[in-house]
Amino acid sequence: METTLSAPILATNEEGYLKNYKEWTEEWALATAAAHNIELTPKHWEVLHWLRAKQAEGVALSLRKAGNSGIVDIKQLYALFPGGPLKISSKIAGIPKPASCI
Amino acid sequence: MTDTVEMVQPKVTTKNDKKEKYPVKKMLIICSKGKLEDVYAALVMANGALMEGIEAKMFFTFFGLEALTKKYADTLHTGTTGNPAMMHGVPDMIKGLPGFESLASFMMRKEMDKLEIPHVTEFFQMIEAGGGEIYACRLAADMFHLKKEDFVPEVKDIITVGDMYALAEGQGTQIIFI
Repeated sequence: METTLSAPILATNEEGYLKNYKEWTEEWALATAAAHNIELTPKHWEVLHWLRAKQAEGVALSLRKAGNSGIVDIKQLYALFPGGPLKISSKIAGIPKPASCI
Repeated sequence: MTDTVEMVQPKVTTKNDKKEKYPVKKMLIICSKGKLEDVYAALVMANGALMEGIEAKMFFTFFGLEALTKKYADTLHTGTTGNPAMMHGVPDMIKGLPGFESLASFMMRKEMDKLEIPHVTEFFQMIEAGGGEIYACRLAADMFHLKKEDFVPEVKDIITVGDMYALAEGQGTQIIFI
């Protein structure tokens, strides 16, 4: 896939989360999403940018907060990022794995 | 005779092949208690499973049914007596005074609000949104004279123990009883 070829190689931890969220690029997000069989739509990007904005603000993220973001509800978030509404979205957004139980 | 030669691929062993992993695929969580902490344990585990991409089914029975009722779901109590870890050192005689349990439960829910832990009814909505399923026990519902309309709308059905086991079908299912 083209996006994979042009994607920059960035330092990640064992689970594939970016070590430095500031290094994140949209190409990297596309490639990471493709690895999870996710094709990024405008709605995905909105969620990703929201997650990054919250990370920059230092907010501890939870599924509940993402569901109250005004962008998506929880059901839509599950549909956008199957198998990990918060975990996979955070990974693609280049932010650390959320340390939240809810 | 055709001259097809079967190609045998040499087996490539990778690091992951050496130790096979059998991830949990489904959780069936049975909640038989109506105390705040027990109900929350069940809810957090079910919701946590869904967030990890694990299927989750919940089955509420006996006093656990109280958590499903529209009337009490968001005002569940914690037990103050018979629990030495609850206000360590305070005798049960004191902890059993009228109003003590209500006060302790209110305080606990307030602390949970501070941590932005959802209320029980909101938790049910989150679980349903994540594809989780919530069921009530037929026998216990009959015993407590509870009907489907007494329960929160996320309760999918009132089912028998046999139906409950059918929910657990498939490899990689774990059952937890609370």
